[in-house]
Amino acid sequence: MFGDYSISDLGAILAMQGFAGLILFSVYVLMALGLAIIFGQMGVINMAHGEFMILGAYVTWMTSNTVQHIAPWLFPGYFFIAMILAFIASGALGMLVEWALIRHLYKRPLDTLLATWGLSLILQQAYRSIFGAREVGVELPEWMMGSWQATDSIQIPINGMFVMALTILITIAVAYVLFWSSWGKQVRAVVQNRVMAGAVGINTEKVDRYTFALGCGIAGVAGSAFTMIGSTGPTAGQLYIVDTFLVVVFGGAASLFGTIASAFSISQTQSTLEFFLSGSMAKVITLLTIVAILMVRPQGLFALKVRK
Amino acid sequence: MVINSRFFNRSELIGFLALAVLLFLILPLSLDIFRLNLVAKYLTYAFVGIGLVLCWGYGGILSLGQGVFFGLGGYCMAMYLKLEASSVANTKIQSTPGIPDFMDWNQITQLPLFWKPFHSFPVTVLAILLVPAFFALIIGAAMFKRRVGGVYFAIITQAIAAILTILIVGQQGYTGGINGITDLRTLHGWDIRTDHAKFILYFVEVVLLFGCIVAAQFIRLTKLGRILVAMREQEDRVRFSGYSVANFKIFAFCAAAVFAAIGGAMFTLEVGFMSPSFVGIVPSIEMVIYTAVGGRMSIFGAVWGALLVNFAKTSLSESFPQLWLFGLGALFIAVVLAFPNGLSGIWADHVQPRIDRLLASRRSKSAGLVADGAPAE
Repeated sequence: MFGDYSISDLGAILAMQGFAGLILFSVYVLMALGLAIIFGQMGVINMAHGEFMILGAYVTWMTSNTVQHIAPWLFPGYFFIAMILAFIASGALGMLVEWALIRHLYKRPLDTLLATWGLSLILQQAYRSIFGAREVGVELPEWMMGSWQATDSIQIPINGMFVMALTILITIAVAYVLFWSSWGKQVRAVVQNRVMAGAVGINTEKVDRYTFALGCGIAGVAGSAFTMIGSTGPTAGQLYIVDTFLVVVFGGAASLFGTIASAFSISQTQSTLEFFLSGSMAKVITLLTIVAILMVRPQGLFALKVRK
Repeated sequence: MVINSRFFNRSELIGFLALAVLLFLILPLSLDIFRLNLVAKYLTYAFVGIGLVLCWGYGGILSLGQGVFFGLGGYCMAMYLKLEASSVANTKIQSTPGIPDFMDWNQITQLPLFWKPFHSFPVTVLAILLVPAFFALIIGAAMFKRRVGGVYFAIITQAIAAILTILIVGQQGYTGGINGITDLRTLHGWDIRTDHAKFILYFVEVVLLFGCIVAAQFIRLTKLGRILVAMREQEDRVRFSGYSVANFKIFAFCAAAVFAAIGGAMFTLEVGFMSPSFVGIVPSIEMVIYTAVGGRMSIFGAVWGALLVNFAKTSLSESFPQLWLFGLGALFIAVVLAFPNGLSGIWADHVQPRIDRLLASRRSKSAGLVADGAPAE
């Protein structure tokens, strides 16, 4: 297996595979952060999470088209506007969904699964009716194309590095919001003991609504970031949803650090295995390993210890 | 929820008879063979639904991986049919005659070991029942003994459905890949593609379906069924009372798997092929939805749900392909928000009491008439 490569070749392959794993890691973290908030903190199974991501992707695509036509001079930086718009659009939709649907189902988590699956069907068809069935991809600004030549044999794509940087920023922002802002403390209080939190004067309904909206908003930003790596179509959201749930569950649902650690281990396992095996077998083995570990450790890698 | 000690209580008996009349008489007499075959296809999901009523409605275990068992049953049947269809005489244009065509295309020259048992029909029938049951036993034992339940169980079964789909698609040479196992012709020398065969297969399926209904009803009414309900409501109390909660859950999950596998095997026979698109997450969730729409607490509800949703799907997506997904999505949301017990819940809560009241008032009226008229006699 290794006979055909020299040592330096192997090193380069290892480095590039490692970076491919890191980019996959960023993608997983972006996908899973929003869900870690919605599922981990609130206990809502949001099967429409993928569709919120796709909404972000479509918003980015529309922004890119608009900017190209109206203000071409803005094009190199349109991405930042698009991401803010994606956050707002997905967050607003999330707030609406929470108000219309989710708040009636907090006591029945399995039913949120069915209801949000219905929502995801509606959203998919809406995308198909509005944007058409074909996949859309955005045009990248000049500075994001191409790759960075680290050494003679190691190449790192710039858009991948951009996604990585973005992931780090968003993760820090989410961690700040959840752990250091007073609103984040309210969220965690509501999660740990809803009745008690209400009793000390926290408006739990409002906290729920904004938490859900935040999770959806992050999904939108994730979708926006994905347009830099690949194209998206109306049904692409369904492809992400199982991976995303596994990342969150594997990490331990209520732990943000666990989500990041599990995204890292899953992505590195997969990209390493992909080098030796076919892509589909790598995926199968990775998923099987996760399932096997989850059977041994049902609460995930980093379970939050709460008395129930 | 009152559990009646008689096998069927009155309303269940009416439901049973109504379903029997519909499936045995009305549909075969009124539909042409194409439509009847469609009904047969819908009914294969009713098998899955009956299993889900047991394990989800009664046991409280939501499995989002029923497509796995449906697929396992279907693939077992498909492998037998495919081997029969690829006899040496039929496949003599291939470079290695006697193996399924897709293996030949994928440069596999020898029949893989796990295909060999499927030369025999009895072994195939056993495999249809035992392979999914064994699979469910492993998953169930590993999960329930560790007290994994609820949401986590749902997500893990979903992941298993994803794994199996990727595996089937990836291992093209052994499984037929994304196209599945196609071009199935005969069952034990009997051509399954003729109209006559489809007609007979429909009746075989309906008989099997009623067998499953009776079996599920039996499970529901024994002590076992009551323990399942108790477990769903207060798992810890059942455990403290000395029952092995995990074993009961494993049993319910295995039973649901076997029901789903029978449905899958019948699906292969009715439709003439099997592919990974019936195994994955989307079909698995759809199966849960049929059950939810019909009523997760009612065995008959599950059958009606499978029939009605699929019928709506076919007729709506034929004429309004766009509206269909909107309608389906709205239906799920409506069922979950407004009618958690589905159609059978609406029936039991709103229609049945009215009928009862109507009957009761009429009976008392006629009783009154008799009483009034008695002296004149």
